[in-house]
Amino acid sequence: MSGLMKVSSNPHIRSKMGTSSIMLSVVIALLPAAGFGIYNFGAGALITILVTVASAVLTEYLFEKVCKKKITIGDYSAVVTGLLLALNLPVSAPWWIGVIGAVFAILVVKMLFGGLGQNFMNPALGARCFLLISFTSIMTNFDCDAYTGATPLADLKNGLDVNILDMVIGRTAGTIGETSMIAIVIGACFLILVGVIDLRIPGSYIVSFVIFLCLFGGHGLDWAYISAHLAGGGLMLGAFFMATDYVTRPVTKNGQILFGVLLGILTGIFRLFGPSAEGVSYAIILGNLLVPLIEKITLPKAFGKGGEKS
Amino acid sequence: MNRAGERLVNGIIKENPTFVLTLGMCPTLAVTTSAINGLGMGLTTMVVLALSNVFISLLRHVIPDKVRIPAFIVIIASFVTVAQLLLQGFIPFLYDALGIYIPLIVVNCIILGRAEAYAYKNPVIPSLFDGIGMGLGFSVALTCIGAVRELLGAGEIFGVRVMPESYVPVSIFIMAPGAFFVLALLTAIQNKVKISGERRGRDMSRIQSGCSSDCLNCADTGCARRLYDDRAGSAPAAWAEQKTGPKEIAIEEIKEGKDNG
Repeated sequence: MSGLMKVSSNPHIRSKMGTSSIMLSVVIALLPAAGFGIYNFGAGALITILVTVASAVLTEYLFEKVCKKKITIGDYSAVVTGLLLALNLPVSAPWWIGVIGAVFAILVVKMLFGGLGQNFMNPALGARCFLLISFTSIMTNFDCDAYTGATPLADLKNGLDVNILDMVIGRTAGTIGETSMIAIVIGACFLILVGVIDLRIPGSYIVSFVIFLCLFGGHGLDWAYISAHLAGGGLMLGAFFMATDYVTRPVTKNGQILFGVLLGILTGIFRLFGPSAEGVSYAIILGNLLVPLIEKITLPKAFGKGGEKS
Repeated sequence: MNRAGERLVNGIIKENPTFVLTLGMCPTLAVTTSAINGLGMGLTTMVVLALSNVFISLLRHVIPDKVRIPAFIVIIASFVTVAQLLLQGFIPFLYDALGIYIPLIVVNCIILGRAEAYAYKNPVIPSLFDGIGMGLGFSVALTCIGAVRELLGAGEIFGVRVMPESYVPVSIFIMAPGAFFVLALLTAIQNKVKISGERRGRDMSRIQSGCSSDCLNCADTGCARRLYDDRAGSAPAAWAEQKTGPKEIAIEEIKEGKDNG
């Protein structure tokens, strides 16, 4: 051994997966849900998806062009944001809703905070909540050619009977991408298999939500009620695709579990005790805001620190 | 009178309390749901600010240094009570719209800030115009924010329909988050003007932005420093003096305590 060893700065182990390949696999994983949405709601859904994705990518491109920054639309993150947002819109929404939402998501939530990796809130969900607050009547109008009337979750909240099989397959009213539990779970399985996400956040999210339902739902351990809640609304889409967003989830492993539990409890509170039937998006962006605190309290001990007093 | 004019310009533009000093954020964000509410809040604050500045300036040799803040509060609170009763009596719709924020003018940091930084150290006439200038600057800023929010959130300005019928109001702008969006946007435009002015070689140092982007040393370099009037000596000197102030007072108090004991 001659000479000094050189210690380079971390990270020392690099994954072969880059940002663009991760984002591309998320896009692929979202395709079943998007495809089912188009099949379920017709060509209107396709137009909404295309317009929203195109405006998300165009917004990112124009912002970086105007600010003379590096053009980053090649990493597909804007495509993911646009696609997720489109899947969160009702099919009856006019096209400009998608445009406004995409511009808000990319410009305000993502780029103004410094671009990919710097945003403190999931851009698609931030935009969805922005739209939901601004255009409440448009965003909660789920009437379309195929379905009229309330979403299954709203029926459930009003004590009506729901068809759980339809909810699992996705033949119900709702936003474009949230209705089919099967399509979302297929995409999620793909993401888990390629190693983009793991079950820590979705698992703890769903388990804690189910426990919350059993405790406070007023139905006890009624599986029909619980599975209706799981299959209805944006819970699956949120748990697998939005709560697991790399940028806005905690980095620490214990923190991720805590994050999931927090989301489950918040979703339960919003769904059971809130004025509206759905609460996934508010739960996740509220959870996003608490991520720095969660990371702070779950910071693992550095190697060699602590232990027995010597 | 030259100095009076300078005070007016200073309050409206150079040290605009909202956009430059970033003071009085609570009423700025809360009541600017429409242009008329913003204007009403701004003018009410202006009246209180001008009158309290005059009286604090008149009493500046009478008020002991150690109890000056409570004394300021008493003076300000008296005028706020007068303003509140007048509003309630004569402009009830504005009184209802502004609600709790009228009594809260008492703790508006613009008023306390001008009392401490200017009126307590300067003669009556300039203090009056300082109050009017700052109040006008506050009114202009609040009316601007209110107008933008009303335009986007309801399609109207001062209750008059401006946008075409087909415009769907973005109602988030008349709710609390909209206030943050609009304030940030207007401050960003102001920063943009300042930076492009500097690029063209103009001296923009007098037009301070609300935030110096140096968060660590905010108290030394940010808007807090601007509270000290340049006339009373250079700002850093005044700041240094302020920093050593409390220590000396503490030592004096200890001495007094010993004497008493």
